[in-house]
Amino acid sequence: MEENRKPVLQVSELGIDFGGLSAVNGLNMEVYEGEIVGLIGPNGAGKTTVFNMLTKVYQPTRGTIFFDGVDTAKKTVVDMNHAGVARTFQNIRLFGGLSVIDNVKTGFHGRITYSPLSAVLRLPVYRAKEREIEERSRELLEVFGLTEEADQLASNLPYGAQRRLEIARALATEPRLLLLDEPAAGMNPQETEELMAMIRLVRDRFHTSILLIEHDMKLVMGICERITVLNYGMMLAQGTPEEIQANPEVIKAYLGD
Amino acid sequence: MDFLSYLINGLGLGSVYAIIALGYTMVYGIAKMLNFAHGDVIMVGAYVAFFSISNLGLPLIPAVLLSIVVCTVLGVVIERLAYKPLRAASALSVLITAIGVSYFLQNAAQLLWSSSTKVFPSVISNGGISWNGLTVSWLTLITIGVCVLVMICLTLFINHTKTGRAMRACSEDKGASTLMGINVNLMISITFAIGSGLAAIASVLLCAAYPSVFPTLGAMPGIKAFTAAVFGGIGSIPGAFLGGLLLGVIEIFAKAYISTQLSDAIVFAVLILVLLIKPTGLLGKRIREKV
Repeated sequence: MEENRKPVLQVSELGIDFGGLSAVNGLNMEVYEGEIVGLIGPNGAGKTTVFNMLTKVYQPTRGTIFFDGVDTAKKTVVDMNHAGVARTFQNIRLFGGLSVIDNVKTGFHGRITYSPLSAVLRLPVYRAKEREIEERSRELLEVFGLTEEADQLASNLPYGAQRRLEIARALATEPRLLLLDEPAAGMNPQETEELMAMIRLVRDRFHTSILLIEHDMKLVMGICERITVLNYGMMLAQGTPEEIQANPEVIKAYLGD
Repeated sequence: MDFLSYLINGLGLGSVYAIIALGYTMVYGIAKMLNFAHGDVIMVGAYVAFFSISNLGLPLIPAVLLSIVVCTVLGVVIERLAYKPLRAASALSVLITAIGVSYFLQNAAQLLWSSSTKVFPSVISNGGISWNGLTVSWLTLITIGVCVLVMICLTLFINHTKTGRAMRACSEDKGASTLMGINVNLMISITFAIGSGLAAIASVLLCAAYPSVFPTLGAMPGIKAFTAAVFGGIGSIPGAFLGGLLLGVIEIFAKAYISTQLSDAIVFAVLILVLLIKPTGLLGKRIREKV
C-alpha cells in the first residue's frame, strides 16, 4: 500500500549532540501522505528532541531531513512552518493573553497575507483577507467545538479545550505534516477516546500526515499505522502496532528485565 | 475656571508623555527590554524638525514627516546594531547597552550640532479658543487631538490587523510564534519603527511647547514618559495612554497648587505610591507564577 503513497518526511541517520552527549543518533524514518505515525519510547528517549529537529528549533548534528523531497538543511524555523510543518507542545504553549479566535488567526499569519500598507489605508484587499481569516478561523473553531469560547482568553479555557485549541492553531498554518507532542497527556479515558476520533478526522479532513509522540498505548496502538520506538536516543524498533507489541526489545525497554 | 484650565493643560502635557510612553511600553511588551535610548530618539527628532524648518525652510507638516522617517530608520538601526546581537543575553546587558546608546546619541548630537541651545521656531499660532473666560491654546488642542488619534490608530492596528496580532503573539511567546510561521525579528523591528516614529511626533509637539533644542533634550521627557508607562502598567498600550495623561495632570496640578520646584518630586512620589499599592501599575497584567 505504501508504494503508491508519496513520502512527506524522510529522515536518515539523524543525530544531535549536546556538548559531548549524543541525545539522538542514527534515526531513520519516513512519514507518508495521509499516514498517522507514532513515535514512542521511555521518558528521556529523545522524542521531543526529534520534534525540535524536525521543526529546526535544534539544528541536527548529523543526518538529513527531507520534507516533500526537499533537503531542509538550510531552513529556519519559520521556513519549516511555511513549508508545511506545524506542531503542538507537550506543555501547552498557547498565547494565553489572546482570545481563542485570535490564537487561531495567528496561525494564518504566513498563509493569508496582505501588505501592512493596505491595512493602514483599509483597502478592500485588507477587508477581504481579514474576512477570509475570520471565516476560516471560525470554521476551525467549529470543528474543534470551540465556537462558544471564541472570544474568551485562551488561558481561561479548561485543559482539554486548550489542547484542542493548540491543534486548531497548528492546523491554521495549513500543514502537510502535523507533529503532536503528547496530545493525550492529562486526559481521562473518555477524552482520549474523543481525541482519537479527532486525530483521524484531522487527517481525513485537512489532508495532513500526522506524527505523534504519546505515552498512552491505547491511543498509539489504536490509531497509528506505523510506530517508531526510541530508547536512549537510538532507534529500537520500527513497525506496525502488532509488530511493536510483539517485539521483545520494546517490552524490555518499557518494563525492564 | 483655573482648575479647568490647569486640567486641560495637564492633559496637553500628558498627551506628549503618553505618545512617548507608547514607545517604551510597546518595546517592553514585545522585546521585554527597557529602551532607555528612546528619549534620545526624541532629541534627534527635534533636531531634524528644527533643521528642516529653520535651514531648509520646509513647512511644518513635511518637516514632521521627515522627522518621522529619520527617527523610524534610526530606531530600526539602533535595534539591529545594538540590541539584536544581545537577543540571548541577560536583561541587564541589554539595559546597560540601552543606556550606552543613549549616551552615544547625546554625545553625537553635541559633536555634530554643539551643546548650545537652539530656539525652535514657532510653528503653531499663539491664539486659541476662548469660552466663558477659559482659554485653551491651539497647541494644547492639537496635542490632545494628535494623542487621541495616535491611540485610536494604534489600537485598531494592534487588534485588527495580522501584523498587530502577530506582535501580540510574539509578546506572549516568541518560540511558539516562530513555530506558527511568524518572523519574530521582523515584528521587533516593526515595533521599534512604530515607537520611534511616534517619538518624532512627540518631539515636535514638545518643541512647540518648550521651544529649545539641545542634546539632552530627550532625557527628562524620556524619564517622565517611562514613569508614565510604568505608572499605567508597562507592556499595556491603554496603560501608557492613561499613565501619560495622569502624569501630565498631576505635574501641572502640583506646579499650580503646591510648588513649581517640587512638581517633579511629587510626580515621582505618586509613582512610588501607586507601585506600592499595585506593583504592576494601573492596568498592568498580573504575572502568573507557575507552580
